[in-house]
Amino acid sequence: MARIVGIDLGTTNSLVAYMDKGTPRVISARHERAMVPSVVALTDNGLIVGDPAKEHLTRNPERTVYSVKRFMGKSLADVQGELAYFPYTLTEKGGVIRIQLGEKSYSPPQISAMILKELKLRAEAFLGESITKAVITVPAYFNDSQRQATKDAGMIAGLEVLRIINEPTAASLAYGLQKKTQGTIAVYDLGGGTFDISILKLKNGIFEVLATNGDTHLGGDDFDQLIADLLLKDIRAQHGLDLSTHPDHMQAVRLQAERAKIRLSEELKTTVSLDLPDGQGRFSRELTRDQLEALCIPLVERSLGPCRLALKDSGLNPTDIDEVVLVGGSTRMPLVRQRVQALFGKEPHCELNPDEVVALGAAVQADILSGGTTDMLLLDVTPLSLGIETMGGVMSSLIRRNTTIPASAKEMFTTYVDGQTGVDIHILQGERELAKDNRSLARFRLKVPPLPAGVPRIEVTFLIDANGILNVMAKDMRTGETQSIEVKPSYGLSDQEVERMIEDSFKFAADDVSARKVIEARLDAGALITTTEKSLTDGGHLVEAEEIAKIRAALSALAAAKEGADPRAIRGRMADLEQAAKGLTVAMLDDSLKQGLQGKKISDVT
Amino acid sequence: MSGHTHNADDRRELQMARSMCWHCQSEMAGEYFCDRCVKVQPVSKDLDYFTCFGLPRRLAIDTQVLESKFYELSRAFHPDFYQNKSDAEQSISLGNSAMLNTAYRTLRDPIQRAEYLLDLEAGSVKDIRTSPPADLFEEILELQETLDEFRESDRSSEHASTLRAKLHTDRTNLEERQRDMEAKLQQLFSRWDALQDRGEATEQARAERTLILKDMRDILSNRTYVKNIVNDLVATIA
Repeated sequence: MARIVGIDLGTTNSLVAYMDKGTPRVISARHERAMVPSVVALTDNGLIVGDPAKEHLTRNPERTVYSVKRFMGKSLADVQGELAYFPYTLTEKGGVIRIQLGEKSYSPPQISAMILKELKLRAEAFLGESITKAVITVPAYFNDSQRQATKDAGMIAGLEVLRIINEPTAASLAYGLQKKTQGTIAVYDLGGGTFDISILKLKNGIFEVLATNGDTHLGGDDFDQLIADLLLKDIRAQHGLDLSTHPDHMQAVRLQAERAKIRLSEELKTTVSLDLPDGQGRFSRELTRDQLEALCIPLVERSLGPCRLALKDSGLNPTDIDEVVLVGGSTRMPLVRQRVQALFGKEPHCELNPDEVVALGAAVQADILSGGTTDMLLLDVTPLSLGIETMGGVMSSLIRRNTTIPASAKEMFTTYVDGQTGVDIHILQGERELAKDNRSLARFRLKVPPLPAGVPRIEVTFLIDANGILNVMAKDMRTGETQSIEVKPSYGLSDQEVERMIEDSFKFAADDVSARKVIEARLDAGALITTTEKSLTDGGHLVEAEEIAKIRAALSALAAAKEGADPRAIRGRMADLEQAAKGLTVAMLDDSLKQGLQGKKISDVT
Repeated sequence: MSGHTHNADDRRELQMARSMCWHCQSEMAGEYFCDRCVKVQPVSKDLDYFTCFGLPRRLAIDTQVLESKFYELSRAFHPDFYQNKSDAEQSISLGNSAMLNTAYRTLRDPIQRAEYLLDLEAGSVKDIRTSPPADLFEEILELQETLDEFRESDRSSEHASTLRAKLHTDRTNLEERQRDMEAKLQQLFSRWDALQDRGEATEQARAERTLILKDMRDILSNRTYVKNIVNDLVATIA
């Protein structure tokens, strides 16, 4: 079976890992970090991803997308409150958010697909084979729409997503594999944008999730925002400047806030400084760890509520937890560690690199799916209750939260009116009493043969598969006929839209390829210019002045072409230059041969 | 009449499904896998959860045995291990896993286990109580009134805090009642298991059986009713 890689598609950073003879390893490109910043920027040379894109955050904020994971599977109304914080423009089409980048707009799965493609390329370059299959991780508390959006992103990137697994459980796989732990563990996962808590029982290679909870809108980004707000307030007070109208400076403030937060995990105080717009001087202030903690404590406390709920749902007390494992970059904050330790009454484990452990776990799961690892099995749960809307707009729960998946529930439907030919079904996800307070997943119309009221009996099976994604089937109990149901997702891309985006991605790929060709041609042209100039300096005396003039002319023609974006023109001028410099090259070769032969005996040469 | 023939067909179909491998059509002797072609078989729809785990139909069960059997069957059925198999096998694996998970969840919890057994033995769906049980009638009516009064009151007033204190006492009392009911259920569970162990086919044993099942059903529905009231109360005073 073809190799399957494991991918951690994070809010801030993404990684790809593979299984190397029973040990999961992350893949890094040559001379680079394994982490690819989850940032996509539109530049004059096309779309770029990762570290180079991150440089555009302050230079080109309106055209640089970060934290796109926050928008996966969401509608514009869902994120209304935070729109002001993002410098790029968000719109909506058919219930799906669109991100404007120059002329075009992209759905969050398309942006995520660009990050996935970068990881795919890295893996292919490293492993020397084509990669078409992957396991991708998502926050455990992601709902059906968010999972589906992640799966769509994989498809758009040319990856068959064999499994969507939850980040904390992925981490537990990597942790369990390394530590050979048995017993009950709690995985506290605070990442860039999301928070998850999962409680698992590890026994003889079975990883059974007992309960999971979380907050898909709580993470390092929120800490950064609080610090940034403080800095902006200070700048306003000290310099009378409102930076909120300067998107590039807003980004600079956000980046400085993030850096200060990271430094304060090691140090007790730090200085934040940044240049103000239009040469209005420099802002600088000191920030202490105490100040940071005072600012962040409400957010950290917010993570403890889900922890208590998960404990309650698993029927355990904090003292029943044998080990606490920390995952996600934000768990490096001393305050987070203290609060977690206080809640569970034991020191949390943080030996594994919290940035890498999720990707490593995804690689372990990939190996299980490809049949490599057979002694480990993950039994995960669905994080949210699934139900349907009943009379009076109330949600009737069919599959409770924290039910082990795959899980199914059957419900019998009938008609209220004679000759009725359809029953409308509204599928919901969430814990609230009223349908309107829960997440609408999909609506569909059940086809019913026209019969007297109450006579038709249609059995609908709701099945949550091992990815945590819902499948619906219907069967007419009178005829035994099964009915395929076309479910229209309430928030998300239809199959046709995904198809079209896959096609588009080939077009982007063509754009990407041409952008790459320009870059490569420029690099090669640069190298040729340098060597030719060196040859002129070293061997100019060996040829006629006329020939030197020809070489100089070809050099400036190439330099001009190098500024343009036509790789064929660049390659053409390179060929011209090589032709013009041929005489010089030959003359220098002859000369060096002559030099080399001097002082040597004939016998040495032959 | 037509309903009758239909059921008979259904049964025949199930019989077929159980005795013949879907893949190689050979007679099946294995439990979940065909002996000949080793393909996974769909778990029959009329297999009860106790039989699935190889447990006797008792209300006291060894949860350690239940868990290890659950893990063993999970390893046999889980979709993770069918990724390279045919679509038919993947779909059987998915269906079997979902059934197994439901079975485990049902048997793991003593109350759900009893409700399930009641369904198997008495063929009755759980009674849903809409009015208070006789012995709690007065108490619950009064509680409802207090709850209504509290909901309409100004939460910061002294009256509200008096009501809140009263509701706290009511909650303690109801939780006490719930525990009583659970203790009574435990006794019934033991009586049921003892009766099954004796395996007598006498008239007296049959009467005892009917009585236990009836009492069990009554207490289970009263308990659910009280539990819902307590949940409502807790949500209101929270």
